[in-house]
Amino acid sequence: MNREGMTLIVRTVTRISVWLIILYGIYIALHGHLTPGGGFAGGVIISLAFLNVTLAYGRKFTSRWLDIGLLGDIEASSASLILALGIMGMAFGGGFLANFLSHGKLFHLVSAGTIPIYNILIGAKVGMALFVVVWTLAITRIGEEEEQ
Amino acid sequence: MTVYVLCFALFLVGVYGVLTKRDLIKIILSTGIMGYSANLFLILFAYKKGAVYPILSKGEEIKAMVDPLPQALVLTSIVIELGITAMLVALAIKLYEKYKTFDITKIRRLSG
Amino acid sequence: MILPFFVIIPLLAAFLITLISGKKDNWAIILSILAELSVLVLAVFCYFFKLDDVFVYSMSGWKIPYTICLVQDALSCFMLIVVSTIALVSLIFSVTYIRHLVTSWRYYALFMLLVTGMNGVIVTGDLFNLFVFMEIALFSAYALVSYGRKAEEFEAAFKYAIMGSVSSSLILVGIAITYSYTSSLTMATIAETLKTKPVEVTYWLGGLFLAGFGLKAAMVPFHAWLPDAHSSAPAPISSMLSGVLIKSLGVYTIVRLFFNVFGAPALFGTLLLVFGTLSIIVASFLAIGQWDIKRLLAYSSISQIGFILVGFGVGNFLGILGAIFHLLSHAIFKSLLFYNTGAVEMALGTRDMRQMGDLRKALPVTSFTSMVGSLAIMGMPPFNGFFSKLFIIMALIKAKLYFVAFLVVGGSILTIAYFVKFQRYGFRGDRVIEKDMVKEPISFGMKFSMGFLAVLCLLTSVMLIPGIREAVIDPVINVIANKTGYIQSVLSGR
Repeated sequence: MNREGMTLIVRTVTRISVWLIILYGIYIALHGHLTPGGGFAGGVIISLAFLNVTLAYGRKFTSRWLDIGLLGDIEASSASLILALGIMGMAFGGGFLANFLSHGKLFHLVSAGTIPIYNILIGAKVGMALFVVVWTLAITRIGEEEEQ
Repeated sequence: MTVYVLCFALFLVGVYGVLTKRDLIKIILSTGIMGYSANLFLILFAYKKGAVYPILSKGEEIKAMVDPLPQALVLTSIVIELGITAMLVALAIKLYEKYKTFDITKIRRLSG
Repeated sequence: MILPFFVIIPLLAAFLITLISGKKDNWAIILSILAELSVLVLAVFCYFFKLDDVFVYSMSGWKIPYTICLVQDALSCFMLIVVSTIALVSLIFSVTYIRHLVTSWRYYALFMLLVTGMNGVIVTGDLFNLFVFMEIALFSAYALVSYGRKAEEFEAAFKYAIMGSVSSSLILVGIAITYSYTSSLTMATIAETLKTKPVEVTYWLGGLFLAGFGLKAAMVPFHAWLPDAHSSAPAPISSMLSGVLIKSLGVYTIVRLFFNVFGAPALFGTLLLVFGTLSIIVASFLAIGQWDIKRLLAYSSISQIGFILVGFGVGNFLGILGAIFHLLSHAIFKSLLFYNTGAVEMALGTRDMRQMGDLRKALPVTSFTSMVGSLAIMGMPPFNGFFSKLFIIMALIKAKLYFVAFLVVGGSILTIAYFVKFQRYGFRGDRVIEKDMVKEPISFGMKFSMGFLAVLCLLTSVMLIPGIREAVIDPVINVIANKTGYIQSVLSGR
């Protein structure tokens, strides 16, 4: 029996709800150009899902369940992709971060040119970054005099 | 006018907290309050009586809307504040590890 | 087209460093030096080939009142060259110095973010964008100050972060009020609107911005954080903070806002004079009492920032020339002196002047270059510090501000006093340090960066020779002296 984390009820609810929360975050990020929300809000929701797991199951389980280094890599690569997309805007559009794809029809999911792509990338970046920030704070154990 | 005065009072509460509190966490919260009041200023300046949120949905006519730009600015500044707060909390944890206290008056190894 | 790359290159380098470097820091070093070198090349290119023109770059192809615009004029080109030179030399210096502390790629990623923030602040023509870049630079500065993971460094970083966020809130309130009053965030259109409004509004806005950016520039009533932060940081970071960060975030933004946006009302000139003189005198007296060499240099930074502010406060041609040149020369010799302290700290393991002594045998390069740097900051001819101080004092006399001129001369005499102490006890003391007392040898990269800056201390005086000066510095002065001519050049450049 793992003593870390919270009670059985919380764990069960988390096990069911975590995927729903992630799905909702992805929904918010994908529909950023149509409804309120967007990449940042979606990313925050995704990171909260991971945070729920950390709270309910404890740090040991989460570090086995998630590869934190991979999350950091996803974050850095999505940030680099945002910059690359911005430079592509310089090449094909009017300037840095320009919207160079066709805008499509209003209120369609595939529309608004590069904005949905930015939203997805920002969602990935913010979600991973926020979780890594909180994770870094959470794994710091006070009282151990360690020098790295 | 009252709203702006109250908002400024909130800002002063933050300044007071930063200047007088001795607990590291309370100081961090006070800087947060200052940031929130600055955000509130931005939002208040954008407010227009009777205007709706600046989002266009399907089948709606364009009405009088509040200024959307300050809302974007506030979102940005909230993100910045989140980063700064995380940084401050991390520093506070490290300070507690080194000094075994959260009292700013006891954290005085630097002088002069 | 060049303009956004000043932000893109270091930012991309920061992200790539986190991606590709594993545990080692080799790739991080290569990438960051490459990125900084390319930024420097671009800045030099901009400076020498397009100096007299103003270029406006609109982000994502929108037109000016709606876009975030980047502005390249002579002043921003000049600042970009100063920042990238110091950053490149600091990177070369840090290779061995940081390995001696903690080997990690994180240092280089944070360093690149710091450069991103400063370049962004310099290049941008948008008030809120300036705030965002400023926060990027400050955020990485907090992290870099605490990089050595000692108790004092965390303490200094905490104080710095608290003061930084207070001043950022003040600036944000200022930006909010400016936006509500002028309905614009582009600096040129703000200036255009403010011209038609009563000048009292400008005073209120200027007060908020002066408090906010004055905290970043460490003018004397707001200076308390600087000695802690700048003396606790690793030496290359101290040199970045003292050499360019307080200038690009503090002095440059103050000049840009007060001269180009607010049109330099006489009140602000007087305020800059008062605060500048106060900074010179108070910080000089505080510096004399220090025994920690880095603290002494940190206090001296406050005092030298005072000289720059006084120069801008006078506002005539000579004053601005002196201030601009002092900005450049202070960046060079203060960075050099901080490298010296870093080398001494690495070799002897102490920063206390009472435990140092005659270092001429043990650390010949360090003690010689520190002599050059000290002579430059004292204001001895033919080093660059002499000319900048001379111009500032001449400008004060020309403007018939004899009392301020007297105080400034007194301040430079005090500078001589504490740097004589610095040399007498720190590098030419009674206790002879032999070669075998050196713990860690100074590497070639560190020697190179110290020597390079020492040469620059002498070489930059060439910039003042008539003929070269007209080509190199005068366009920069024209940008500032033209005041709201900035509006015309930006709006016509759209």
